Amino acid sequence: MPFEALVAGCLAYVALMFGVAFAADRAASRGKAGWLDHPAVYTLSLSVYCSAWTFYGAVGYASRSGLEFATIYLGPTIVFTGAWWVLRRLVRVARMHHVTSIADLVSARFGKSNRLAALVTLIAVIAATPYVALQLQSVSLSFEVFATDSLADIPMGGSGGTALWVAAGLALFTIVFGTRNLAADERHHGVVTAIALEALVKLLAFLALGIFVVWGLADGPGDMLDRIEETASSPGHDGWILKPDRWTALIIVSGAAIIALPRMFQVLVVEAADEDRLAVAGWAFPAYLFAMSLFVLPIAVMGRQLLPPDANPDLYVLTLPAHAGQNWLAFLVFLGGFSAATSMVVVCTIALSTMISNHWLTPLWLMLRRKPQSGDPEDLRGFVLNARRLAILAVMAVGWVYYRASGGAATLASMGLVAFTGMAQVLPAMIGGLLWRGANRHGAYAGVGTGFLLWLALIFLPSVGIGSPPALPPGVDPLAFAIFLSLTLNTLAFIAMSIFGMPDPVERLQGLSFVSAVDPVRHSRVARGSDQAEPLLVMARRVWGAEDALRFFQSEAAFQGKSGYLPDLTPRFLTRLERRLAGSIGAATAHAMIDSVAGGSELTVSDLMQVATEARRAKEETQRLENARAELARTARQLQEANDKLTALSVQKDAFLGQISHELRTPMTSVRAFSEILRTPDLSPADRDRFAGIIYDESGRLTRLLDDLLDLSVLESGQAQLSVTPANLHDLIERALSAASATRPERVFRVEREPLSEYVGVITDADRLLQVLINVISNARKYCDAEPPVLTIRVRRTLRGGAQIDIIDNGSGIETARQALIFEKFARLNDPARAGGAGLGLAICKEIMANLGGEITYLPGQGGAAFRIVLPRRPPVPVNAGLRQA
Amino acid sequence: MLDILMIEDEPNIAEAVRFILSREGWQVALHGDGLGGIEAIRGAKPRLVILDVMLPHRSGTEILAELRGDHDPSLAATPVLMLTARGQAGLEMPQADAVLAKPFANNDLRAMVRRMLV
Repeated sequence: MPFEALVAGCLAYVALMFGVAFAADRAASRGKAGWLDHPAVYTLSLSVYCSAWTFYGAVGYASRSGLEFATIYLGPTIVFTGAWWVLRRLVRVARMHHVTSIADLVSARFGKSNRLAALVTLIAVIAATPYVALQLQSVSLSFEVFATDSLADIPMGGSGGTALWVAAGLALFTIVFGTRNLAADERHHGVVTAIALEALVKLLAFLALGIFVVWGLADGPGDMLDRIEETASSPGHDGWILKPDRWTALIIVSGAAIIALPRMFQVLVVEAADEDRLAVAGWAFPAYLFAMSLFVLPIAVMGRQLLPPDANPDLYVLTLPAHAGQNWLAFLVFLGGFSAATSMVVVCTIALSTMISNHWLTPLWLMLRRKPQSGDPEDLRGFVLNARRLAILAVMAVGWVYYRASGGAATLASMGLVAFTGMAQVLPAMIGGLLWRGANRHGAYAGVGTGFLLWLALIFLPSVGIGSPPALPPGVDPLAFAIFLSLTLNTLAFIAMSIFGMPDPVERLQGLSFVSAVDPVRHSRVARGSDQAEPLLVMARRVWGAEDALRFFQSEAAFQGKSGYLPDLTPRFLTRLERRLAGSIGAATAHAMIDSVAGGSELTVSDLMQVATEARRAKEETQRLENARAELARTARQLQEANDKLTALSVQKDAFLGQISHELRTPMTSVRAFSEILRTPDLSPADRDRFAGIIYDESGRLTRLLDDLLDLSVLESGQAQLSVTPANLHDLIERALSAASATRPERVFRVEREPLSEYVGVITDADRLLQVLINVISNARKYCDAEPPVLTIRVRRTLRGGAQIDIIDNGSGIETARQALIFEKFARLNDPARAGGAGLGLAICKEIMANLGGEITYLPGQGGAAFRIVLPRRPPVPVNAGLRQA
Repeated sequence: MLDILMIEDEPNIAEAVRFILSREGWQVALHGDGLGGIEAIRGAKPRLVILDVMLPHRSGTEILAELRGDHDPSLAATPVLMLTARGQAGLEMPQADAVLAKPFANNDLRAMVRRMLV
């Protein structure tokens, strides 16, 4: 393939990436980010893990060391499948604190210490620069493959010119799409979408090559396995022997790298909208890694078998298809490798530039600016953006210089491992800070510092040819030894210093927030600072630009119920401001800035105690108020219920009094009228007698009514004294019938009885029961309208030793609608003139039966009026019986 | 023409009222139930109706309303004296010409009826 066509193809591909990134950014800024937020895009963006090292270097690695290359896939797979909850926690906490980078996370956790962030940034820069150089080298090398038609004499160094162009192009892309704005959440939709697309190209290219190798060059999987076996067992492949110590160490560092590498942290945590997308990524990303690793060994084996021995194994993926004359496949693979390299460089550069500008340049600038410089227009926003751009250019330039200086002598894989092991040193402090409240800044310094120095001495410096690893006894692998030693001492130092060192107050709060994954508690910085929000607004304007800052302040003021744009410096406001700022310039810097402006200084332990006390008191107060409120609501409800009951009772009472009034006034009217009439002089003796008789009858009616009322009130109140004795129902019915026959009207009733069944003994108040029987029988005598009237009385023993008495007449009975009312007070039916009573009879019966522990009910459908009286074997013992006896 | 029609379910009270008013020279007829009360009024066309409030089957207030709504204007305008055993609470009856609470003084009854008839 001619070099010009290759360059043209490359440029077209780069243009496509620019286009995709641009379109995604536009869509996001218009709020149409729906598909951009799809978990698939997130998962694919994670594949930035598979850099050129993986794409080219894995085959080289496999060619040299057999299956050991698989460790770099196994580590992340184990983390994603086994420690997904750590990832979720990490993403949640990071989103909560608007974390912008791994350095920011560590500093935010450990007291917002910027020095710690600066140290982590240093490690990241030192570890990542060679890694960036590696990507440039891979692109450059792959160009050479196409530029020179001979496979054997490819120079290791490649051409510096190509790498320079590539570096410049990537710097431009990164600056354009990586520093478009200073958004609070620091997400880059354009970049993420572009690298998701590149992830697809990578995968497609690698799978296409793998299929070509297995089915095109070899004769399918069977033949392929034979060839692998053959190569593995051929002499001179000591490197293919599995070494447990190296495997363990490599799995650990690659597992650490998937979290701690700056670019991985960027896509995994910073670009994650929320933790839920990890649910998809949790299986999809390991699947992606599996697909990427599937054909590594076949390609490596075929390369060794088909290509000249002096061909660079790191370039087998390109040289194999080229050797077989598959130019288009080779070009596709080239694009895949190009994608791998460029996506890694872009994301890594963004992450590094964020760290450098937030933790190196901005604090430095703030420190210099702290001296008053009146009249000098400070534009922090412009400064931060420019600092990032500068940092991007610097990282790219240093990478290029490193690549030129090293001459590309190092194998690709070893440069990747240097970066992995370097960033792994941050992991103990990070994970410890996430899971252990006791972790503190002293531990973090000690751990990260120890790990950093050991890494420098044992891994980094030897890798660039300065110094050499210490002499080790034979059989001990230098890399595994360095990894174990540095990580172990790192972790031990971290734990030890965390235990012995005192955490500062901010740290305690942050520790609580990180470990519990809850919103951080804000301290009462407001107590000290100036009470003016203006300086804060001026500062925020510098970071976000005038419009955004003013909008934020206005909405906060509105939230506090104030007009204008200057809210009170409440803890809530300061917390929100700080977190918004942290999203743009990092937690530590934001903390320092607000402190410097709002005038607060370091927080002391006593302050913290006061905050805690206030918080607890406020919480208690809230709880107390809540309890009081609930109590009040309960009381109000009870009052309402009582009132409803009283109202209902009052309505009942009014009705009752109205009835009583009527029942009393009616006989009284006759009494009064006739007693006046009796005074008329010319009355005939017959009239006089009759009128006196009426007065006598009516006064008797009054007395009966008063007796009934009194009786009812005693029965209803439950104060009725029962004289309980054994009684025989037959005797009681006899007495009732004879008593009732004395009442008017004097009619001859036929009574049908079953005398034998009436001999039922019960224990009850015989007089009260007799009262009920007389009442029911008299009612029948009064109301039964049949001719001749017949009264049927049936007695049955009930199952529980009680008895039931049915009293049925052959009249027309009681209408269904009124059956429910007959036991109510004053429920007079039919012709009251014939009743002669006040309508209290059945109400009294009902109360008596209740007192006796039984009941009286109306039996519908018996032909005439029918009542059933049910008696228990003995009356229940009243609750207060014992009391009364005492 | 009938002077007074009384609708009252308590026979003793009815007898007392009739005795008192008859001695004044008025002719008094009696109907003992709410049921058929309005028909009795229509049939007798009395100069005055004495109406008990608490009647079985059909209350005095209902009969009064029916009377006031009668299509014969002269019948609808018949003076009505209500008797109530509800005490003071029962005295608010806008459609009645007079209300007398039970028990009443015989002189009050006489005076009220005289005022309404003369």
